[in-house]
Amino acid sequence: MDFLSFFVIIPILTILAIGLTKNFKQARVAGAIGMSVQLILAATLVILYLHERSAGNTATMLFTKDVLWFSSLNIHYAVGVDGISVAMIALTATVIFAGIFASWEVEFLSREFFISLILLSTGVFGFFISIDLFTLFLFYELAVIPMYLLIGIWGSGPKEYSAMKLTLMLMAGSALILVGLLGIYFHSGAHSFNLLEIAKTKMPIEWQRMFFPMTFIGFGVLGALFPFHTWSPDGHASAPTAVSMLHAGVLMKLGGYGAFRVAIYLMPQAAQEQAWIFIILTSISVVYGAFGAIMQKDLKYINAYSSVSHCGLVLFAVLMMNQTAMNGAIIQMISHGLMTALFFALIGMIYGRTHTRIVSEMGGLMKVMPFLAVAYVIAGLASLGLPGFSGFVAEMTIFFGAFQHHDIFHRVVTILATSSIVITAVYILRVVGMLLLGPIRNDHFLHITDAKWYEKLSTSALIIPIAAIGLAPLWLSDMIGASMRIIVERITMLF
Amino acid sequence: MTLGDFLLMRHELLLALALVIVLIAEIGLGKGKKQLLFPISIGLFFIVLVAGFLPVTEGELFGGMYKTSVLKVMMKNILNIGVFIIFLQSVSWLKKPENNDKIGEFFLLILSVLIGMNFMISSGDFLMFYLGLETATIPLAALAAYTHHQTKSAEAGIKYILSSAFSSGILLFGLSMIYGTTGSILFDQVSVSFSNTPLQVLAFIFFFAGMAFKISLVPFHLWTADVYEGAPVNVTSFLSVISKGAAVFIFIIILYTVFSSIMHLWKDVLYIIAVLTMIIGNLFAIRQKNMKRFLAFSSIAQAGFILLGIIGGSKLGMASTIYFILVYIFSNLGAFGVVTAISVATGKENIDDYNGMYHTNPKLCLLMMLSLFSLAGIPPVAGFFGKFFLFTSAASAGYYWLVFIAVANATISLYYYLLPVKAMFINKNDQPIPFFKSDLAMRAGLIISAVGIFLLGFFSFVYEYLNTLSIGIHN
Repeated sequence: MDFLSFFVIIPILTILAIGLTKNFKQARVAGAIGMSVQLILAATLVILYLHERSAGNTATMLFTKDVLWFSSLNIHYAVGVDGISVAMIALTATVIFAGIFASWEVEFLSREFFISLILLSTGVFGFFISIDLFTLFLFYELAVIPMYLLIGIWGSGPKEYSAMKLTLMLMAGSALILVGLLGIYFHSGAHSFNLLEIAKTKMPIEWQRMFFPMTFIGFGVLGALFPFHTWSPDGHASAPTAVSMLHAGVLMKLGGYGAFRVAIYLMPQAAQEQAWIFIILTSISVVYGAFGAIMQKDLKYINAYSSVSHCGLVLFAVLMMNQTAMNGAIIQMISHGLMTALFFALIGMIYGRTHTRIVSEMGGLMKVMPFLAVAYVIAGLASLGLPGFSGFVAEMTIFFGAFQHHDIFHRVVTILATSSIVITAVYILRVVGMLLLGPIRNDHFLHITDAKWYEKLSTSALIIPIAAIGLAPLWLSDMIGASMRIIVERITMLF
Repeated sequence: MTLGDFLLMRHELLLALALVIVLIAEIGLGKGKKQLLFPISIGLFFIVLVAGFLPVTEGELFGGMYKTSVLKVMMKNILNIGVFIIFLQSVSWLKKPENNDKIGEFFLLILSVLIGMNFMISSGDFLMFYLGLETATIPLAALAAYTHHQTKSAEAGIKYILSSAFSSGILLFGLSMIYGTTGSILFDQVSVSFSNTPLQVLAFIFFFAGMAFKISLVPFHLWTADVYEGAPVNVTSFLSVISKGAAVFIFIIILYTVFSSIMHLWKDVLYIIAVLTMIIGNLFAIRQKNMKRFLAFSSIAQAGFILLGIIGGSKLGMASTIYFILVYIFSNLGAFGVVTAISVATGKENIDDYNGMYHTNPKLCLLMMLSLFSLAGIPPVAGFFGKFFLFTSAASAGYYWLVFIAVANATISLYYYLLPVKAMFINKNDQPIPFFKSDLAMRAGLIISAVGIFLLGFFSFVYEYLNTLSIGIHN
């Protein structure tokens, strides 16, 4: 069995183990053990990958394995990673690890909860290791079943409505991706589903023009592309904590990843022709998401709109199609993934104590739960791009790269997108002030306990990478940059 | 005709033999011993099923009227698997007191229908085709009216026999025009001399109308919901998978071999009908509250998807269609199995009665969820692979907008497939359906469906084998 397939096998084994447990305590321990193993595996992958690269291995994808699956259609189970996938796998492992501990108190049907959650992560891991489009799509759609159940059963608020809206819209997105995939398969000239083989050919421009928008919008639905982002605020707000963490933190990055790995990488000429339409849409996402967050009163909705804005920024950067901006896009994916997971985890913990998510009803929480409050401040500062945290590295790289385009259109949209930094600062600082500082509004809050061990573990697991990337980003940036260079060369090559 | 030739009709002969033995047992067994019919019938049918997989010799009989090939035998085997599961699932329903004196009739009628379908699939000319079709239809009407003292069942039987008689009449008219214009009814001879003169096109349209009735394509689908709702639930499962499957099998064979010369014409027809069928099936399914009507409309929409496989016109098209029917049999029988189990145990068939059932009957709910997701085409179950290959086949012929409409319809279908899931898992109910244990046969049937749903996708040899058997259009 090859190394990468373990990223899919270990979650499946964990699911089977949870199926055998008898009560919720055993279930959560089984989940915790499984995902800890997964996290260690991810760390090992990073180390091994860097080792291979420094030893001089310059293949596009490492640790590859290829098994013929359906010979008549040339479908293979093909896996491999490059620097970008390795970073995303590390992100996923961290977020699901933190998510298990953030769900430590889920008692209702807890075995089913953990099984669905880990099944969700299986789909994500499989997506990142796949280099065959069919396998990639299979893992992408695997997330549909657990999402509906997770939000519908364990969610809050208008959960049935949010679950159905989210599931149907994401399925519509995957429907578009399917059409795009079939178009790529039949017209790329490679007659294969393998990413690398398709990348070597040139698809005729007429077909590219037809299938690029389909594929990009299909992935964009998940990546919060305006106006297809409407599933996101209700979906994230109604979902249980760990599900919001995983979904906003990782699943939305599947959209951004797919947008550049499949849509732009395989159809670069159409991408360059049509990029301007999507740049406008993503700029709207960025600014509109930030403005939307200002208007919200519910913590989860604030964070949901903030995620729309930041994920929009990922797509924005990817559409700039130069080395710096696309590097920044990946760093933003990781940075925002960690940050939003941290936010949702903290919101869940706050809600568990105060039983409200409305900001104006809370206040002065810094006095009663200092650990969680400081963690919230850190999350907020990272989100608005304070240097020293990963958010700054990501956003600076993106805007620097975006500004490298000399024409007026790109310069104008870049300036517009940059304004989101200010708007983000508004809602972040206002929330931090109202929530954590000032007088305590409700006497019940005086009896709140601070973080328990599993909550501290969960939040630290997310804060440490945020700070580490913020203070020492070069190792990550180089790892991503080396792989991105190959992609950018292909994109900008004039045939 | 030597014995070896006669044994080419192995499937039909074994079925006829089984039918005779069940008939003798039905007559011979005394009143108290009727329960013995179950092991007799199911055991005999299991032997038929297994014997079907023995190696095949290809050949012709009766001057070309009857043809057998590895492909046709595989189609018959697929139908046999479905009927076997249906037999297992019907045991508990037949054990009910009101059905106790009609146990033998059920098995006899289904075996008769299956013999008719086998002849229809193996037909080499239009006469054998029509004989098989009618042999398959008339016992089905009796089956639909099985619980004739319930008005809905009797109504279902009448509606089915009248509408199928009408459509068979039109079909026959078309066949007679084919004879009139080409001078033959043998498939090989007709395919050579068929072209697109107006009378021949009309003949094709009449033929298509007759077949579309059986497959429940729009606008020939109006009988479906009422018959499916009125008939007893096991007969409904038979209608929705086996009857439809057999019709699709012979339809695709005839289209690809006999009517290949007017390919561009029927592809256009199929395009429009596919779009209509998917949309109307989906739109009506959304509103259904009765599980049987719900599954009826869902199967109408699935028939629309099947047309996407046929429209491919290639080896890939036929392979994806046959594979999809196989997956569809397992998925639909999984869903119908759960509906049957609940219907027999509690008499409840409404989706609102399913509320909150996960807390009392978790395994049934899980199987229902898996079946529904397989019907919707969500990985990792086999339905995803089935739908994907259908779309690939349509895309290979260049019909990208059709694929786009199809995937949009797949998304819409996900909405109504999620409604039972929502009822079972999410909705609250003070008095959910209490826990009940189904009998052994039902459980066996459900487990077989579950295993099929899971494994058919990942094990690629099933699809690859069907692909080797398939034929594209010869021009």
